[in-house]
Amino acid sequence: MSVDQKVDAGRRQLLLVTSAAGGVGAVAAAVPFVASLTPSERAKAAGAPVEVDISKLQPGQMMTVEWRGKPVWIINRTKEMLDSLKKTDSEVSDPKSEKPMQPAYAQNETRSIKPEILVAVGICTHLGCSPSDKFKTGAESGVAADWPGGFLCPCHGSTFDMAGRVYKSKPAPDNLEIPPHKYLSDAKIIIGEDGKA
Amino acid sequence: MTTKSQAVLDWIDARFPLTSTIKGHLTEYYAPKNFNFWYFFGSLALLVLVIQIVTGIFLVMHYKPDASLNASGVPVAFASVEYIMRDVPGGWLIRYMHSTGASAFFIVVYLHMFRGLLYGSYRKPRELIWIFGTLIFLALMAEAFMGYLLPWGQMSFWGAQVIVNLFSAIPVIGPDLSVVIRGDFVVSDATLNRFFSFHVIAVPLILIGLVAAHIVALHEVGSNNPDGVEIKKKKGADGHPLDGIPFHPYYTVKDIVGVVGFLIVFSFIVFFAPEGGGYFLEFNNFIPADPLKTPPHIAPVWYFTPFYSILRAVTYPLFGIDAKFWGVVAMGAAVVIIAFLPWLDRSPVKSIRYKGGLFKLILTVFIIAFFILGYLGVLPPTPGRTIVSQICSVIYFGFFLLMPWYSKMDKCKPEPDRVTG
Repeated sequence: MSVDQKVDAGRRQLLLVTSAAGGVGAVAAAVPFVASLTPSERAKAAGAPVEVDISKLQPGQMMTVEWRGKPVWIINRTKEMLDSLKKTDSEVSDPKSEKPMQPAYAQNETRSIKPEILVAVGICTHLGCSPSDKFKTGAESGVAADWPGGFLCPCHGSTFDMAGRVYKSKPAPDNLEIPPHKYLSDAKIIIGEDGKA
Repeated sequence: MTTKSQAVLDWIDARFPLTSTIKGHLTEYYAPKNFNFWYFFGSLALLVLVIQIVTGIFLVMHYKPDASLNASGVPVAFASVEYIMRDVPGGWLIRYMHSTGASAFFIVVYLHMFRGLLYGSYRKPRELIWIFGTLIFLALMAEAFMGYLLPWGQMSFWGAQVIVNLFSAIPVIGPDLSVVIRGDFVVSDATLNRFFSFHVIAVPLILIGLVAAHIVALHEVGSNNPDGVEIKKKKGADGHPLDGIPFHPYYTVKDIVGVVGFLIVFSFIVFFAPEGGGYFLEFNNFIPADPLKTPPHIAPVWYFTPFYSILRAVTYPLFGIDAKFWGVVAMGAAVVIIAFLPWLDRSPVKSIRYKGGLFKLILTVFIIAFFILGYLGVLPPTPGRTIVSQICSVIYFGFFLLMPWYSKMDKCKPEPDRVTG
């Protein structure tokens, strides 16, 4: 702007005020559009708890059920599998489960209510793949020669032990999530509800 | 021209800049006379864009973005793609053109970008062209990624799961952001529908706008050439660059040769190898999406693998934030850093023809590292491969970040005054 053209302060102020008002209007108009991107009421309502019958789950076996669209694993661990947890204590990054990846009642050695039954969300804490079970030990597992059994995420190679605890120096930052769950009877678990929250 | 058609043209020109636009961008757009093989890929990228838009329009007529299961227990979206392949007349051809077109797009664009690296096409005054180009590359990646979810196969589902979860690695806002992207707590029907919307409306509009800006900026400053010297510096008595020739008819004809060559290769793939050996269409994507089971080996489509390798290469936490977040940052930075090339290159010359051995060596190492990263990205990770990908990631970033120094140290040859033919 050349020097002789004086800025009309009054008009400039009016211009700024109308621009600001228009800007506020534009932001307000964006609200319903952004809101429409968030989960719908139907999606929010889809998180109902699931009941599972585990009476046919033999030691060493694993079953997968769907809860909130995610795979939840139920594993009946053998004594050898439970023993392997002591060996992996020094190799996992959060051996005492100090990070809040489980309800308080599963913050123990085995990360479970009953020592042998592990209930875990089968979603890698790295980027959400579902790890594969590698229960065979040693070189036969295809993971490592001294593999004590556990899970391997096929996407980025994170490994977890038989309690879903993540090994050190792996892309996944946290142990597998333990969902809220409780025993309705010895043979029935309900996932997604523990009567505590 | 007859007086009657001249009168029609005059009538239009008085109301719309038709003749001047044709002159400015075609018949009197002077391009350097020494374009070589590498200059095919810009026009080919435009051709592939047209193929993708046209085939896409026809695919949308039959495709259904619906994750619910049909009467036979197959997701509707997956079934509608099979329907296009088997029951829609010509549908298989249109779909294979579209899926092959996606890979062709990246092949052509990668070669187009490599041309820029060779001849310094990003240097002043073409910085904005280069930035628009980087944005096109980003938009193209978004477009390809969202399009890949639509067939709702296993690779679609788990690929989207992984990439959307990348955003959850951002501290504080991450988890909520990934929910907003998915529209649900998991990849679901909501995700499929919004990706469909983005893939067919939002991103193509952005792409077309960016391509227009890319070309307008190019025609404003004029094309670079294999010698990297400005043809506008030497003009003849008629005011046109001495080393320039009108884009039409000279380069339209040349580009038609490129188009024919391209279409021969493209047709061969479409008709004889549309799956590209599992690289263009991954085998796992012929299995309907199963939210409970990740395929034993998941890998992105080939054009994402170099960047995916960089993501996986970051395994150390830093400043108390997970390695996952830094992997995401590294992957994003690997793309964004390309935009900064105009300011990283301090060489006195533009073209590789006049650059010294140092630059040629470093560029060669960079390209090899890029290929290794791409190759490792399709393989499952092992400790040894992780180390190799870490080394190659360092080379990748080193190429860019050390450029201000090595491009100055390099012993360049003097540039000629005019293009060398």
